[in-house]
Amino acid sequence: MLKGRSLIEPKDLSVEELDEVLDLADEIITNPIAFADACKGKVLATLFYEPSTRTRLSFESAMLRLGGSIMGFSSANSSSAAKGESVADTIRTIACYADIAAMRHPKEGAPMIAAMSTDMPVINAGDGGHQHPTQTLTDLLTIRSLKGRLDNFLIGLCGDLKFGRTVHSLIKALSRYNNIKFILISPEELKIPEYIREEILVKNNIEFEEVERLEYVIEKLDVLYMTRVQKERFFNEADYIRLKDSYILNMEKLEKAKKDMTILHPLPRVNEISVEVDNDPRACYFKQAKYGMFVRMALIMKLLGVEI
Amino acid sequence: MLKIDSVEKGLVIDHIQAGKAMEIYKYLNLDKMDCSVAIIKNAKSKKLRKKDIIKVENNISMDLTVLGFIDPNITINVIDNGEIIDKINLELPSEITNVVKCKNPRCITSIEQEVSHKFKLTDKENKIYRCIYCDTAYEEN
Repeated sequence: MLKGRSLIEPKDLSVEELDEVLDLADEIITNPIAFADACKGKVLATLFYEPSTRTRLSFESAMLRLGGSIMGFSSANSSSAAKGESVADTIRTIACYADIAAMRHPKEGAPMIAAMSTDMPVINAGDGGHQHPTQTLTDLLTIRSLKGRLDNFLIGLCGDLKFGRTVHSLIKALSRYNNIKFILISPEELKIPEYIREEILVKNNIEFEEVERLEYVIEKLDVLYMTRVQKERFFNEADYIRLKDSYILNMEKLEKAKKDMTILHPLPRVNEISVEVDNDPRACYFKQAKYGMFVRMALIMKLLGVEI
Repeated sequence: MLKIDSVEKGLVIDHIQAGKAMEIYKYLNLDKMDCSVAIIKNAKSKKLRKKDIIKVENNISMDLTVLGFIDPNITINVIDNGEIIDKINLELPSEITNVVKCKNPRCITSIEQEVSHKFKLTDKENKIYRCIYCDTAYEEN
């Protein structure tokens, strides 16, 4: 039973509960009109302390398509945070006006503080470089819809694995499915955080490999999850110049990849996937954005406890 | 050798790593307690060569779980009528609250006022505590 609960990190949901959300998303995809009034009279607050057009609009579109209403802010400057109000006080106040909230915050753990301060369901819409569980639901629904299952895969995660919160959440979620192996492709400076390596992968005996170059491993992958590598993350420019082309997915690199490999990216994309790849049938990142809206519709319904 | 009157009723916190007594004094809020407290530093020890000892008179009701986080090798003797009536064995507490602070500058605890600083034991073998908000491991230095 998910009614009244919050989603702060992927492990807040059991595998069965994750599947429940994904199943409902499938139903919505099949017949969206049937859900058009599911949240009539309900209000979603989008509390975005840092700009994120994509995730915020995905949440807002989800609520509007369920017949509910939306309110909120899209930067800390346009909220009382600018006056020094605490996250706990903000959420207590918002809970007087809204039925559910989605929070994006630059500080890690802010949505957890919010969830601890109210009975209203709070959804973590990204906290610093930490977690992004609804992107994970998006990724799971995309993989399940396109590949028909969530087990027995070799998944490549490529780019900024240190600060890439989508990657952290995805590893946490996927590591609970059978026979999932990871290849972690990143420069030394942007390797996966130690708490993910030690406490998720090592502790649970999940097979993984850490490499620096994509072209050496691409032929083995079932799913390739690309993320942005930003120049400013590097300590010296020489390292960036040495590595930058390793993380640009182009048709040349794709030649070696499996014909049914799925390419995902949480978006926005800058230059890590060449636009020529967009027309390749393996490129699924724009479909992924649409799945994101459907899965957020399902999540909102589950946390509010509404049914049709 | 320096002699301190023996405790009639209270606690003797023994086998404290030399130099750590004041830290424990602070964590247990002994400065705020209205009872006699004796701190013995650098006492001779067969086990540790040198150790600290804290003796607390007339107070046995304090929460000692934090000592398990600081050093599980500390021994605690409960004294009544001048005799040891109980020995408390310490273990690593599963959670500690407001004992240490998260050092991750990106953690919400770095800016949110009046929030409890909570750490969970995530790896007993290696004594790793992680901030419940951001998952950063606590490191002493």
